[in-house]
Amino acid sequence: MSDFVARRPIWSLIILLALAVLAWLVFSIWTPGMEAMFGRKRVFLSALFNGITLGALYFLVASGFTLIFGLMRNVNLAHGSLYLFGGYVGYSVGEWTGSWLMALLVAFLVVALAGILMQVLLFRWMEGQDLRQTLVTIGLSIIFADLLLWSYGGDTFQVTAPDWLSGPVTLPLAVALRSNGEAVMMTYPLVRIAILIGAIVVGVLMWLALNRTRVGMLVRAGVDDRDMLSATGVRVQLVFVMVFAFGAGLAGLAGVVGGTFQSLQPGEDTRILLSSLVVVIVGGMGSIPGAAVGALIVGLAEQFGSVYMPTYAVMLTFLIMVAVLAIRPEGLAARR
Amino acid sequence: MRKTLAAAVAACFVAAAPAAHAQEKLKIGVMATLSGALTSGGEDGVRGVQIAAKELGNKLAGREFELIITATDASPDSALRAARKLVEQDKVQLIIGPLSGSEGIAMRDYSKTVPNLVMVNGSSGALETTFVNPSPNFFRFNSDGAMWMAGLGEYVLKDKGFKKISVIAEDYSFPYTQVFGFAIGYCRAGGEIVQRQWVPLGTKDFGSVIANIPDDVDAVFLGLGGGDAVNFLNQYSQTGGKAKFIGGSIMVDQTVLSSKGAAKRLLVGTPSSGGVADAWDDPRWKAWVKTYQEAFPADKRFASPSLFATNYYNAVMALSIAMDKVKGDLSDGGAKLRAELAKVELNAPNGKIRLDDNRQAIATTFITEVAELPNGDLTNKFVRAVPDVTQTLGLSLEAFKAIGLPSRTNPECKK
Repeated sequence: MSDFVARRPIWSLIILLALAVLAWLVFSIWTPGMEAMFGRKRVFLSALFNGITLGALYFLVASGFTLIFGLMRNVNLAHGSLYLFGGYVGYSVGEWTGSWLMALLVAFLVVALAGILMQVLLFRWMEGQDLRQTLVTIGLSIIFADLLLWSYGGDTFQVTAPDWLSGPVTLPLAVALRSNGEAVMMTYPLVRIAILIGAIVVGVLMWLALNRTRVGMLVRAGVDDRDMLSATGVRVQLVFVMVFAFGAGLAGLAGVVGGTFQSLQPGEDTRILLSSLVVVIVGGMGSIPGAAVGALIVGLAEQFGSVYMPTYAVMLTFLIMVAVLAIRPEGLAARR
Repeated sequence: MRKTLAAAVAACFVAAAPAAHAQEKLKIGVMATLSGALTSGGEDGVRGVQIAAKELGNKLAGREFELIITATDASPDSALRAARKLVEQDKVQLIIGPLSGSEGIAMRDYSKTVPNLVMVNGSSGALETTFVNPSPNFFRFNSDGAMWMAGLGEYVLKDKGFKKISVIAEDYSFPYTQVFGFAIGYCRAGGEIVQRQWVPLGTKDFGSVIANIPDDVDAVFLGLGGGDAVNFLNQYSQTGGKAKFIGGSIMVDQTVLSSKGAAKRLLVGTPSSGGVADAWDDPRWKAWVKTYQEAFPADKRFASPSLFATNYYNAVMALSIAMDKVKGDLSDGGAKLRAELAKVELNAPNGKIRLDDNRQAIATTFITEVAELPNGDLTNKFVRAVPDVTQTLGLSLEAFKAIGLPSRTNPECKK
């Protein structure tokens, strides 16, 4: 951190200033002039929080995607299908047992198993052939999409949030003053806050696992130089299977999360795949912190876009991607 | 390899043989939204067609028919693909459909390019479909979105006291038409629309839209449908909002009222209007509800027929009447059939329906209110019926044209 400040004093100052302005926007009571410029504060705050929670969802999906790519150089274009599959599994389990946590757990395990099967039965046999692997994943995603349409139909499904997570909470942030001087507080859905906290916990755990454990060390070594790792006697195939299972499981978990605060239907698979592709391109292929940064940027861009320029909201995300590709093609958080 | 190939070729011949035999069967294409946000409506539309087919003994004017059901996703290009497939591949001459507003506009233009085709609208309700350059072979036996709003504006202003409202609706032709019809009555009576938010069909995240609802409105008009409506209600209940609603015709339809989850309870007490009223005590309507309920097991249908099932059912019935008149003769490219269809007067479950010069229905609009039944089901209580609503909403053609066509901003409603 201090290293970064020392190397890039100007950038650090700009980031610090931006954070200060943001904090001021969040905590101050807006004057009528500001409301005229940015719209009402509640709308701004809501877009901010929604963007962050949406980013949390994208992070859950994209972190698995980027991990698999980083280690195996396999662009898994069936990742969106794993997301949708996990969502449907979670929905069925949730309806059957009535437990949301159970739905999360089962979706994670079932989709992780699907990931293991994909790695063991398919990708193992075409290692190092990038194009072939990519084409196979496209084929798989089409087959998955049709199988899911066949078994669940085209209807919209929603995973029911548990009672203890439903309803709003009041945040200690004033959005406006009533005429008698009393502050109107911001209310926000509890389930979205829970998702945000969940994603942060997952992110921190992943970072710890990658940087503080032996398995993480193996994975990092594999990302850097796969051949050398296997030459040192590590059973690199086992590491691959584990990473693939974990990445797929995260996508399945994200499916349940996405099915809870948004919804599940055919077509979600490609939408989420596209989002996570943008996320990892912006953040840097193969980097977990990159996935976090990218997910946050894409989530915020989508939400602020839909509030302040609804007609061009879709374009904004891709403009960001184009800008990143033009200025820093290896991604924002990638190592040079 | 060669053996399997030979077997495959043989299988093709076996499969082709009965197909050749079935040539004498009449083919009817059915288009419905079986994917995307309006899936639940499309499925109920197909149910309506199936009930009609069963009632007719699978015969039109003595000729046995088969249904070819094709899926669309509420986008005009999906409708175009489906219609082309039905016409060019399946060689159908009769099509029931489409379901959604912008699909209808696409089909108006497409049907002009296939003069022999006879197209009876499923449930689409954009104004332009039959109002601007109507197609001679497109028939619509349901009201358009604006007609379904006839009388609702005055009702919510005078009886409910909603003087100031905001609008949240999907960004395509049908909700434009609905808001248009609502605003004409509402604003003329003295109401004010302070904000209109248009969201893409299939919107997943309504968080920002919900935050953007003004604090000081008496009610929010919701012009959403199917999955979007359910999504919105779920997320609205998560934020703990307490606004009152006014429902568009497919917002408080059985497609939403029969959905899973508790969020739909937010709708209890919501006034709305449309082509059906679930709890109307007219004997013909009651008989239709009973037929619907008996045709499918309880978990494969809604508590009572939705607007879509009713409209699709009516479309097949109208087609059947006209086919009887021409004794099933389509050899003239359907010219006689089209002439008869234009004259059909349908004694439908949801009131009498006849067509105007543009082959657009003149029908009844029902003003309703969502209520909870003792068993927990939600239903649309009948408030009043507005009979014989015309496409110009009772205005002269010139006065109606002067308002302009439905769009995001038209008609203006400012004080």
